[in-house]
Amino acid sequence: MADLDTLVKRFQQKDIDAFEKLYNMYSKSIHGVVYNIVRDAAISDELMQDVFIKAWNNADSYSSSKGRFFTWILNIARNAAIDKTRSKTFKQSKQNLNTDFFVDIIAGNDNFEEKTDAIGIKKYVNQLGEKCKTIIEFLYFKGFTQKETAETLAIPVGTIKTRNRNCIQKLRDMVL
Amino acid sequence: MDVNAYIESGILELYVAGQLSEQENQEIYELTQKHPEILQEVLAIETALSKLSEEVAPSTVGFDSIKRQIDDTSKVIELKPKTTNWISYTGWAASVILAIGLFWALNTKNTLQENIQTVTSEKEQLEILIEVARNDLANTKDLLNSIRAKDILAIPLGGQGDFTDTFAKVYWNKADNTIYLDAQGLPNAPEGKVWQVWSLTLNPLTPTSLGTIDDFNTDDNKIFAIANDNESQAFGITLEPKGGSEAPTMEQLYTLGVVNATP
Repeated sequence: MADLDTLVKRFQQKDIDAFEKLYNMYSKSIHGVVYNIVRDAAISDELMQDVFIKAWNNADSYSSSKGRFFTWILNIARNAAIDKTRSKTFKQSKQNLNTDFFVDIIAGNDNFEEKTDAIGIKKYVNQLGEKCKTIIEFLYFKGFTQKETAETLAIPVGTIKTRNRNCIQKLRDMVL
Repeated sequence: MDVNAYIESGILELYVAGQLSEQENQEIYELTQKHPEILQEVLAIETALSKLSEEVAPSTVGFDSIKRQIDDTSKVIELKPKTTNWISYTGWAASVILAIGLFWALNTKNTLQENIQTVTSEKEQLEILIEVARNDLANTKDLLNSIRAKDILAIPLGGQGDFTDTFAKVYWNKADNTIYLDAQGLPNAPEGKVWQVWSLTLNPLTPTSLGTIDDFNTDDNKIFAIANDNESQAFGITLEPKGGSEAPTMEQLYTLGVVNATP
């Protein structure tokens, strides 16, 4: 995908138009990832913007050989959101974090600006099995390790990789 | 390598989720460059996860607020070098002023030292002048004392022949056999010539040289002390060639005066 590579290079050279394109591509996903961790609309709005400004200021540190650009921002976002949940002020304001998974948020989101295909996603995502929901929640949204995920699900670590693959295959059938 | 088996292993899903080591990431990046199927698979996984997360987002935030924030931060970044420049300009200006100040102070010091030297040498010159004046005064006093002494004979020497407007005076102290010749009435000796003083006895007329006045032209008061142990009856002054003569050249006899009987 030569276009994305060029865009990322221009972004690294502080091209603000390239930055805007990348932002439009990924900001909503990152917003979702952050919100799924902090569960607070105002805080996630602010955090998501912090994540992109951090990416802009540290653009030099990204290299395509280290991973996908999307994955790089995803990592920054998860770390920033988890740091936020560990902060004292956050803990005081959120005594009990909602234990719902991303699927519950999707189901609860009642947004009129949603595209029509989102309705389809909302409908299908709930059809994912509990194990798929948990694996995607942990490995992707929360960034837990395979070992941590396997322990939570009480399944062998060796099966995590293929199970995750199967779950994402199902997801692909729904969203693509 | 079996690309399909690799894809089926599930490693690419972990790759997109950011679950792999740096080395694994590097390997997969290289494989995506070699095998388009692998790259396609990665893109499909990424798109699916990205779309899923979009559905979790509580709202959409436009790029404008980001742009404002990075504009603000870039403004702050721009201000820093300006501040630095200002400080550095001030520093340079201060050092230039300091350099000028030092140069000025050094210059002033040199001028003052020169002034001190000038004043010192002027002082030394004045001291020499004072010394000279004191010596002159002492000499003059001695001279005056000599001339005023009781047993001094004063003999006026009148102008002779062509030289009637010249004159001289001899003060003769017989006690110490010294004459003091006041030759202010004589002109300076011309180049190659010298004044010669003669003691004369009249019967018969016998001149005896008392010597030449070699320093006549340079002497200030034109008074010369000359030893004289002759029984002089008259004194004469002639202009002679340099070195003096055995006998007076009578044509060049400027002044002559006869010693009167004891006063």
